[in-house]
Amino acid sequence: MDFAQQLINGIQLGSIYALIAIGYTMVYGIAKMINFAHGDIIMVGSYIALMIFQNTGLPVWGVIAASALASALLGMAIERLAYKPLRGGSRMSALITTIGVSILLQNVFLLLFGSSPKPFPAAFEGEGFTLAGVPVSRLTLVTLLVTLLLMVLLTLFVGRTKLGKAMRAVSEDQGAAQLMGINIDTSISLTFAIGSALAAVAAVLYSSTYPLINPYMGSMLGLKAFIAAVIGGIGIIPGAMLGGFIIGIAEALIKGYISSALVDAIVFSLLIVVLIIKPSGLLGKNEREKV
Amino acid sequence: MDKAKMLQISHRRNLLALAAVFAVLYVLMLTRSISVQYQGVIILIGINVLLATSLNLTTGALGELVLGHAGFMSIGAYTAALFTLHMDLPGLVEFPLALLLGGALAAVFGVIIGIPALRLRGDYLAIVTLGFGEIIRVIIQNMSITGGGRGLYGIEEYTTFPWVFWTSAFGITIMYALIFTRHGRAILSLRENEIAAEAAGIPATRYKVLAFAVSSFFAGVAGGLYAHYITVLDPGTFGFNMSIEILVMVVLGGMGSFTGATLAAVVLTLLPELLRSMSDYRMLLYSIALVLMMILRPQGLLGKKEFSLTRAWEQLRKKAETKGGNA
Repeated sequence: MDFAQQLINGIQLGSIYALIAIGYTMVYGIAKMINFAHGDIIMVGSYIALMIFQNTGLPVWGVIAASALASALLGMAIERLAYKPLRGGSRMSALITTIGVSILLQNVFLLLFGSSPKPFPAAFEGEGFTLAGVPVSRLTLVTLLVTLLLMVLLTLFVGRTKLGKAMRAVSEDQGAAQLMGINIDTSISLTFAIGSALAAVAAVLYSSTYPLINPYMGSMLGLKAFIAAVIGGIGIIPGAMLGGFIIGIAEALIKGYISSALVDAIVFSLLIVVLIIKPSGLLGKNEREKV
Repeated sequence: MDKAKMLQISHRRNLLALAAVFAVLYVLMLTRSISVQYQGVIILIGINVLLATSLNLTTGALGELVLGHAGFMSIGAYTAALFTLHMDLPGLVEFPLALLLGGALAAVFGVIIGIPALRLRGDYLAIVTLGFGEIIRVIIQNMSITGGGRGLYGIEEYTTFPWVFWTSAFGITIMYALIFTRHGRAILSLRENEIAAEAAGIPATRYKVLAFAVSSFFAGVAGGLYAHYITVLDPGTFGFNMSIEILVMVVLGGMGSFTGATLAAVVLTLLPELLRSMSDYRMLLYSIALVLMMILRPQGLLGKKEFSLTRAWEQLRKKAETKGGNA
């Protein structure tokens, strides 16, 4: 396979990672916790989309919107029920709770749908175009355009709107934001909703690319997107986008030129190296720990 | 009575109690009062107790969440298994050597993992340990000497009840005793407040690495015991789920309590055997228990409390004395 083809595969996968990584980064920025259950929201998003595909005649954009809405509600519900009671507690309890929620979601869907993979309908079939002799499928094009559109919208939302400003304020200093009259609960709920909705969009794009879905699909996907968020600098939205593309392209190139069996091990090693050299990530600033 | 003498007596009493528990279980096994199936369960309990208490050293005592404990275990398991497979020594010689070797190699990796711990805060370190566990699994799956994805077969069945019982008892004793030394106290102080501990002159680096090394050593030993009990190794066994199962034992028992980790390991190994029909729901129940526990009682069932035979004995005696005085 030639280099340009690998690069395009990498960009396609990278946009999906970037969408998921944004969810990790936003939640980390505002709630200061790693949401291990985020990966499983992707899985839930895929199953919801599959159910809607099978039971209704909704066009694909409607399916994506419905799945995003349902996932956003689920994300908010999880935050309210499981994470909110722990706010202000130890970080370790929060982390263990998110792991618990992750296993819970996996096992609920395992009981509901069984462990055998389910085929996902091909949503964006058809010819794309040829770029300098390399065929680009319609799915690749749609994935990239949807990702870029959502990133622009998100950047505008976070940067320009009142709610976005409130979210940034909460992530900078929760106490001060509260004193300024910002509703912290609403901001945090909104963050979870946006992150989960983006994960659901990524889920449909991912499942269209690799059309077999199972209850465990989210864990590895989520971990890699998390690595992307850390590499870009966790808590920083542009960092998550950058990290997503880096991981996606790196993965495609490793698969193409080194070994497809070792790809996960190499990606994790990449994470460890980045963490040791620059723990705050590529775009992160070094922060001194205050006593 | 001076302190040293009292300590000696309590040590002797503890050893006696341990020997008594062993003797009762062993006699029941020899007379087949405990069925062969449950003998296997008891061996698994011993292995899990060692795993849970060793994880308790890093997650409970040092306060660093480790999500790749199964990785250390797999290093020990494969090392020990390969050693006994390729050596032609009598079992009584090669088995302890294999366990030690497995533990030692796991400890080397524990030190390697401990080093990034100097630079990383809690959640990042958790991810590094998780990544490490996955890397180990992928590498084992792709090496020819470990049998690759097919696994390793024909391992000698050396792990018997006495081996498991005394190895685990030895491991727990060492780790429990460590906590009461100067070094152990330093580890605990890092959990309570790392900045304050460092300001008080405790070398954080050295003690974090020490905790990781001891913890992974015993995880490796437990892996060696496991390999020689199950006799077939499959790299898929040592995945993220197994790390989580061990973590659940520590969290439910009480992070920082060796008694809690031991009790939780016993209960969580026995329960699935008693509730075989519920096996589909096991992970579901674990996850619900984990979330509820964190919300309702984040310190775990026992918190940081430990059971002490000597203390229980003293209390019993005092009670008896006051009763005697009243009469």
